[in-house]
Amino acid sequence: MNDKVNYSHIKGRVMKNAVVKWIFIMATSVALIFLALLIGRVLSQGVGYLSIDFLKNYPAPYIEEAGLFAGIMGSLAMISITAPVSMILGVCTALYLEEYARDNKFTRFIRVNVQNLAGVPSIVFGLLGLTFFVYLFEMGYTLIAGALTMSLLVLPIIVVAAQEAIRSVPSEIREASIGMGATKWQTIWRIVLPAAIPGILTGSILAFSRAIGETAPLIIVGAATAIYSIPDSLFSKYTVMPMQIYSWTARPQEEWQYVAAAGIIVLLIILLCMNAIAVWIRNKFQKRF
Amino acid sequence: MISKNNEQYSVQEMIQANKNKKSAFNLIEKGVPAFLLLCATVSVATTIGILFTLLSETIGFFQNISLTEFYLGTKWSPWTDHFGVAPLIAGTLLITVIAICVALPIGLAAAIFLSEYASERTRKIIKPILEILAGIPTVVYGFFALTFVSPMLSNIFTDMNIFNALSGGIVVGVMIIPMIASLSEDAMNAVPNSLREGALGLGATKFEVTRRVVMPAAFSGIIASIVLAISRAIGETMIVTIAAGATPNLTIDPTESIQTLTAFIVQGAKGDTSYHSTIYSSIYAVGMTLFVFTLLMNILSQYISRRFKEDY
Repeated sequence: MNDKVNYSHIKGRVMKNAVVKWIFIMATSVALIFLALLIGRVLSQGVGYLSIDFLKNYPAPYIEEAGLFAGIMGSLAMISITAPVSMILGVCTALYLEEYARDNKFTRFIRVNVQNLAGVPSIVFGLLGLTFFVYLFEMGYTLIAGALTMSLLVLPIIVVAAQEAIRSVPSEIREASIGMGATKWQTIWRIVLPAAIPGILTGSILAFSRAIGETAPLIIVGAATAIYSIPDSLFSKYTVMPMQIYSWTARPQEEWQYVAAAGIIVLLIILLCMNAIAVWIRNKFQKRF
Repeated sequence: MISKNNEQYSVQEMIQANKNKKSAFNLIEKGVPAFLLLCATVSVATTIGILFTLLSETIGFFQNISLTEFYLGTKWSPWTDHFGVAPLIAGTLLITVIAICVALPIGLAAAIFLSEYASERTRKIIKPILEILAGIPTVVYGFFALTFVSPMLSNIFTDMNIFNALSGGIVVGVMIIPMIASLSEDAMNAVPNSLREGALGLGATKFEVTRRVVMPAAFSGIIASIVLAISRAIGETMIVTIAAGATPNLTIDPTESIQTLTAFIVQGAKGDTSYHSTIYSSIYAVGMTLFVFTLLMNILSQYISRRFKEDY
């Protein structure tokens, strides 16, 4: 037996390994190429239409005058309602589940329920909002109805993120605090929450960036496609960036594609910034125990 | 402060005195859990709300339209009073099948590559890039499907409709690639290295280790990720609304224009449907069908990952 004979035995298997490795690499690059194509396409179509006017103008019947201003302000208004509502509800739910809940049937039910809510298609949340907020609570097709629908949509994501952040605070520092005579709530408020806040914020910002890109439920609860004012109260009509992009995409004339692409660039830049902030918070403030 | 000259307190009395002093504190200590519980019930209320919404309108719908007509009828044309949901379900399934055909091989290959073959450095670069795909809003995918994928495909299939199931399905598939890739990769990463090293030490190649050792051990996690991805594909709305058309169509030909369950809900809610008309309640009947499909998939996925989990 020498090395040559040995190698001829396993040659086929080694070859196979090398071949499938390249197949795996190629398949992975297909996904990356698709991403590159998508971004390249959007940039090449949209950059020419980006201008300060595009950011300042209301929707218009002519592409030269069309702008994203109403959408940007609408998204901003929506997120400034959705963020506090969903964060307060989400963090409180997570605190209850992690710190107070006993391990009984009801607690398990809430846990499973949060998990399942995260898997419900967003458009079903739209139907929920349509029945309850738009019709039953008589809010109509208003900003507050859209923002509350969106809050419920992102709530499960925030609960799960907050739960993980709270769980990662080691129990030693809780016990130390209790041992020093602090009450349970004092411990949570002054010890657990400050340590968990970076994780909660990171998860929440990612959830909000999902809310900003979400379109389907807002179509159902009646976000406008073209509107010539910015929301000035909870009960005003509104539009958001993805709604405007959708309405431009749906137009049959090809030149509107370029306007839609310009809108997409603005949307993607905003999402990119939010993600960058989330990563920055995680790296900068996350404590390692 | 207690000095020895003062009246003697028993410890119990001191504790009692302290407790009385802290009655405001006590209020917080008792009130906070109640408030937190109240917040936690919001998520339960949301579920109940969804069920109530869907059920109440669906029951109203079935008072006008019979169950057999809805589930066995083959024509969906609500504005001319045809309520057979089969074409919408067929459209949804067609999109889902195409999407899985795209996402399963690519997602799984990416997961295997990242977990078994790639160096730590490559992994750190490629994984976040794949996750960008997951963060792109679906309206952007829809735009891409309609303005890029469709025209490109029509070079191959010359008689293809500009709105078609194929381009919608492919792009939905790309959207769910990161889901399959990252969840499967997590499952494969959870397989302990000692198993790999054992097999490699016996002379297996990397591919043999992947196929015979890692994949079987991570099987439940991989299947769960695929089922979850199917559920996402079924519930996906904007891509199919923009790119797959609005023609309820009982067909398996992917080059035709179709309509999915989700796309009809959008169309129905956007149009001038009066509150409590049959068309209005048909949105909810379709929504209920969609909800049941995705719920079953989610429960199945959770069941698989719990039931067949291998612990090391």
